[in-house]
Amino acid sequence: MQVFDLESNSLRELNATLHEQKSNTNKGKWEVQNPRGRHAIAVGLDTAMDVRVMGSTGYYLGGMNQKAHITVDGSVGPGVAENMMSGTITVEGDASQYAGATGHGGLLVIKGNASSRCGISMKGIDIVVFGDVGHMSAFMAQSGNLVVCGDAGEALGDSLYEARLFVRGSVKSLGADCMEKEMRKEHLDILSKLLKTSGSKAKAEEFRRYGSARKLYNFNIDNAY
Amino acid sequence: MKDNKNNESPRTEPVQSATFSNSVNSEIRRAAATGIYDIRGGGAKRKVPHFDDLLFLGASISRYPLEGYREKCETKVILGTRFAKNPLELDIPITIAGMSFGALSGNAKESLGRGATLAGTSTTTGDGGMTEEEREHSSKLVYQYLPSRYGMNPLDLRKADAIEIVVGQGAKPGGGGMLLGQKISDRVAQMRNLPKGIDQRSSCRHPDWTGPDDLEIKILELREITSWKIPIYLKIAGARPYFDTALAVKAGADVVVLDGMQGGTAATQDVFIEHVGLPTLACIREAVRALQDLGVHRDVQLVVSGGIRNGADVAKAIALGADAVSIGTAALIAIGDNDPKWEDEYQKLGTTAGAYDDWHEGRDPAGITTQDPALMSRLDPIEGGRRLSNYLKVLTLEAQTIARACGKNNIHNLEPEDLCAVTMEAAAMARVPLAGTEWWPGKTGEFL
Ligand SMILES: Cc1cc2nc3c(=O)[nH]c(=O)nc-3n(C[C@H](O)[C@H](O)[C@H](O)COP(=O)(O)O)c2cc1C
Repeated sequence: MQVFDLESNSLRELNATLHEQKSNTNKGKWEVQNPRGRHAIAVGLDTAMDVRVMGSTGYYLGGMNQKAHITVDGSVGPGVAENMMSGTITVEGDASQYAGATGHGGLLVIKGNASSRCGISMKGIDIVVFGDVGHMSAFMAQSGNLVVCGDAGEALGDSLYEARLFVRGSVKSLGADCMEKEMRKEHLDILSKLLKTSGSKAKAEEFRRYGSARKLYNFNIDNAY
Repeated sequence: MKDNKNNESPRTEPVQSATFSNSVNSEIRRAAATGIYDIRGGGAKRKVPHFDDLLFLGASISRYPLEGYREKCETKVILGTRFAKNPLELDIPITIAGMSFGALSGNAKESLGRGATLAGTSTTTGDGGMTEEEREHSSKLVYQYLPSRYGMNPLDLRKADAIEIVVGQGAKPGGGGMLLGQKISDRVAQMRNLPKGIDQRSSCRHPDWTGPDDLEIKILELREITSWKIPIYLKIAGARPYFDTALAVKAGADVVVLDGMQGGTAATQDVFIEHVGLPTLACIREAVRALQDLGVHRDVQLVVSGGIRNGADVAKAIALGADAVSIGTAALIAIGDNDPKWEDEYQKLGTTAGAYDDWHEGRDPAGITTQDPALMSRLDPIEGGRRLSNYLKVLTLEAQTIARACGKNNIHNLEPEDLCAVTMEAAAMARVPLAGTEWWPGKTGEFL
């Protein structure tokens, strides 16, 4: 395992080193020490490698990740895994706003709670939150799955497109055009698989499913305000 | 009174109201019939103070002109010198503005790429992501980073020659975008990861940052992902140009792109286009003042857009302090938009050449703002590219002609001192003297 200490080396060196790993397959495991809330740690990785960040981070941890597996032993600031394409990012603690924003693929697991706008504009990513999510989560979410093992805040799934939302606890309120939908076998299968891969002990049967009512899909004056 | 022709008193001519004009009344009737606001493409059509209200003084005894055809007049500009390892070097100070694939056809995007490349300048993606056609045919391509993040991915990001974070557009400061269902073909839907045929909204705010402090971190992230190689532009709408420019600099932008209210859009509410935002002319000096106050004028480059049509407009924007200009509408006209040769078809759509702006409907006779294969095929991208490069060449020659006449061997040596204004409004906005005086509104003190 390779160790990188952000106290003695710069963020630029860290990301450059990780980007260079493409051609160097024997350095597939990295430990990043002393993150101390720094922003943009391990962003733009595009090769399969394991990165473990030993502490809490600032904004955009793992932004635009492709293929890499990143674990944070702490909490993360806003925009963790933003626009992620593939790979996995696991946060042992909590996540701030916009977790998984616009993500296209891969799996984001938050073992604590996520703040507001979790999964905003998601475009195919899977997000599993062990705790609660804040208001306006899955706002304009296009595709992918958002799994909330705890409760969801106000206006869940506002202006939702085709993303699937699964919530085990309560939903404070649904946003415009978001409705509860029947949980069918295919949904239970997707959900069980996601719970299993992310290491959650929750049972798929305990969840409710929410999706788009598809009433805002074509502009209608009676929906405008 | 009896109906007696001989006794009839003289009548005044019918008078149309300036307030309730025919066009205002027709909009009232349209609104009453449909219950929905009018959506259209293009920029503000109302008359606002513009570059036409400025004149160059030219050379005389106190200024020495350069020979029109012989003496060199440099037009090169380098964008992104502040932080990027690989700034963009352009042969001419005129770039092609971001226009989305989706709003425009693939052939139109290819034409823009070809034309810009022939002319030695850059073109820009738009909402909806980067297409292969435009990457392939654009030697220098700026990749827009928009609130919708449609089609955004790190592979394309690394293929880009620069990134343009879009905060606003002059046609709709504070507004998002829309692409109506009829233009959502399979390809557009797939690029945007949305179902086919539905109306697509592009949000007005970025999903993962809010204020200037966040933006600074967002820029850091994008630089880290692209290894600090390519420049990062920030595009803002003409709203509060002094503060917005200052904040763009503070957030770490290499280039500020400032778009005034005449700037085009693919589709927005008419009320928004006509009533929100500042005229381009009113933006430039304020943005330059911000750059000067921060000591970064020319280090952070300023690109101005919104109603640039000819070489005089280019020269005037540069004289007021811009490093380059960007064109949207004019580029579309150059490749065939609103061409009178399609008049019969414009008539069928209830409009006329020059006024056609229902670009969102996807029925463009010129094949530019459409995804309909039959209409699209009317635009030959090679011919389109050639026309655009011709047009860019003329803009450059015209701007050089003016610069030489003002005695400048580099177009960027043009300055406000070379200008005067023919209206009070323009004098106030451009802070150049009203023609024949040494004064402009707001000028204080004898020596200022
Ligand atoms: C058809 C069309 C589509 C546009 N799409 C975008 C876009 O996707 N993103 C953007 O930032 N600006 C977009 N714009 C605005 C242009 O980038 C530019 O700001 C404007 O056209 C400049 O003004 P001009 O049209 O007067 O030259 C679009 C403009 C037009 C005409």
